[in-house]
Amino acid sequence: MKRILVFGATSAIVEATARLFAADGDSLFLVGRSKLRLESIAEDLRVRGAGKVAFAVLDATDFEMHEETIIEATTSLGGMDVALIGHGTLPDQQLANTDPDLVRRCLEVNATSTICLMTHLANYFEKTGAGTLAVISSVAGDRGRASNNLYGSAKAAISHYAQGLRCRLSRLGIRVVTIKPGFVDTPMTAHFKKGFLWATPAAVAKSTHRAIVTGRDIAYVPWFWRWIMLVIRIIPERIFKRLPL
Amino acid sequence: MRRRAYESWGRFPRAMQKSMAVRWRGDDMPSMPDETRALPFGNGRSYGDVCLNDGGVLLDCRGLDRFINFDREKGIIRCEGGVLLLDILRLVVPDGWFLPVVPGTQWVTIGGAIANDIHGKNHHVAGTIGHHIRSFELLRSDSTRRICSPSSNADWFRATVGGLGLTGIITWAEIQLKPISGSDIVCETIRFHSLDQFFEIARESDTAFEYTVAWIDALATGRKLGRGVFFRGNHATTGSKRVLPEPEKIDLGCVPPIRMVTRPLVRLFNTLYAMKNGVSAGRVNTHYVPFFFPLDVVGSWNRLYGTQGMLQYQFVVPSESALNVVGEILDRAARSVAPPFLTVLKVFGDRSSPGLLSFPRPGITMAIDFPNRGQPLMELLESFDALVTSAGGALYPAKDARMSPETFRAGFPSWEDMLRCVDPSISSSFWRRVTGSST
Repeated sequence: MKRILVFGATSAIVEATARLFAADGDSLFLVGRSKLRLESIAEDLRVRGAGKVAFAVLDATDFEMHEETIIEATTSLGGMDVALIGHGTLPDQQLANTDPDLVRRCLEVNATSTICLMTHLANYFEKTGAGTLAVISSVAGDRGRASNNLYGSAKAAISHYAQGLRCRLSRLGIRVVTIKPGFVDTPMTAHFKKGFLWATPAAVAKSTHRAIVTGRDIAYVPWFWRWIMLVIRIIPERIFKRLPL
Repeated sequence: MRRRAYESWGRFPRAMQKSMAVRWRGDDMPSMPDETRALPFGNGRSYGDVCLNDGGVLLDCRGLDRFINFDREKGIIRCEGGVLLLDILRLVVPDGWFLPVVPGTQWVTIGGAIANDIHGKNHHVAGTIGHHIRSFELLRSDSTRRICSPSSNADWFRATVGGLGLTGIITWAEIQLKPISGSDIVCETIRFHSLDQFFEIARESDTAFEYTVAWIDALATGRKLGRGVFFRGNHATTGSKRVLPEPEKIDLGCVPPIRMVTRPLVRLFNTLYAMKNGVSAGRVNTHYVPFFFPLDVVGSWNRLYGTQGMLQYQFVVPSESALNVVGEILDRAARSVAPPFLTVLKVFGDRSSPGLLSFPRPGITMAIDFPNRGQPLMELLESFDALVTSAGGALYPAKDARMSPETFRAGFPSWEDMLRCVDPSISSSFWRRVTGSST
């Protein structure tokens, strides 16, 4: 039975993933912004078979509270085997192009807060000598595009940071798992038109759960994004810059 | 808001509506601009237009899919309105509990099941799902919340059970489950050759068997009219309490350009089906999934009917006139332009239904699937309406896409009592049609 700390617990992907851990009988500590929502998720996970479920309210940009929240979680869980960071927002790139303040806030939520949490968690796992640190990045972080530049940059930062942590921690047997979902039909993307590439949170959760349990380094979910992004990454810049992506 | 082609199970009629996701039971109902009406939407398994809201908004409630509490001692489960019966069964069966009433598919939400006050093969002993709902919370567009049960807010309970989503959002419901000793059903299959025989078998089965239903070969005419197969079963008293592995659905990814349900194919299917069940007649143990939900194996079998979609005609008539009405309808259906496909017959029990607009009532109910063949089919079904109405019967709103306001009012005389409880921000394609109103 694993002890799991989850940031961004009310996000559709993370909630769906937490259900799979609950079905395994794991214990969870949920972190999110809304007490009411965390409560209803905690009740649900208990019914679905989770061991202990507790939660704490935290805004990820409340940096002062990061360490305290992690201590609260590890105390409540009696340790920690897995940490999953999955909070995030999707900014409107059009607005961001003319609003540097929005850019700063977006990077705080999607990059800085995540990287700070990863720093704390990496140190925790380093001390205990075991564990899995998983973070939900995005295929959007694999290459900069005009249509999604800000979000992509934030995700690129987390992917990059996770990569470095993996190099630092793998010798100690600590796993760092980077999850890179493609298009997912969640409240965050409710206003998008959906096509055949879109996946459900439940499908993404299944792959995410598997990647965490098996300790994969980088998991594209669903799997076909690995090959799409391979193609996207090898297109030479002088051609790529002309593509309407 | 996004615009997506939400469809009902019959894929007729088509409707265009915007949708908004409802994910949190603590949130208010999304507010609507002045003239816009919304409608709670579950999993789109009703056949006609009770789940559609042409030109309006659908409140997609599948995100309300959390369990709240499961009392494993008393068999009481409380969950949000968008939880599928599938998920409830998978949770409770291993602990020796079962839903008190299940329809022919487990891909319906509990909110949708309550809103249509669904019945199952055990209606003669268990009544409708509404009889087993201990309580639910009704969220209205004015942000008020009411906990409704047969004893408190009883008028709201009566209006919401079978209320077709018109009274508000069912944010959560609490259901009394029933104990089982095994996950299998002990099932008996008996062939019959006439409607008289059907009624005879039904009479002798109703006391000893919890689940009874019959399949009829609707293409049989003349001497063979009314031939079919009777299924009756009980929960196994021993054995394991298991759920099947995660259901892998065979999905028809697209709508075939041609109709697969044609007269020769239906005839072939019916003959093979009768032969198969003739050969395997007798008593067998079968898991609850294939017994209750045989069609769920093919994820979207409704698409076999092609781009025009299908209509299911389900009616109930009092027992006295059942033989005549059922016989006449079967005869006309078999000769019709549209080959009737799956046809089932069931005797309802005497228990009076809990909702103002509940469909089940004492008598015989029959459901016939027709491929949509436009005007000629509509005329045929109108001729059925006349038979059903003059016998004092009614049509099932959950299956209906076309009944007239007159037919509706004849079948549901208390419909006007609903008006007081209908949420001013809610409407549906069905409701506008049968009440003849523009909103």
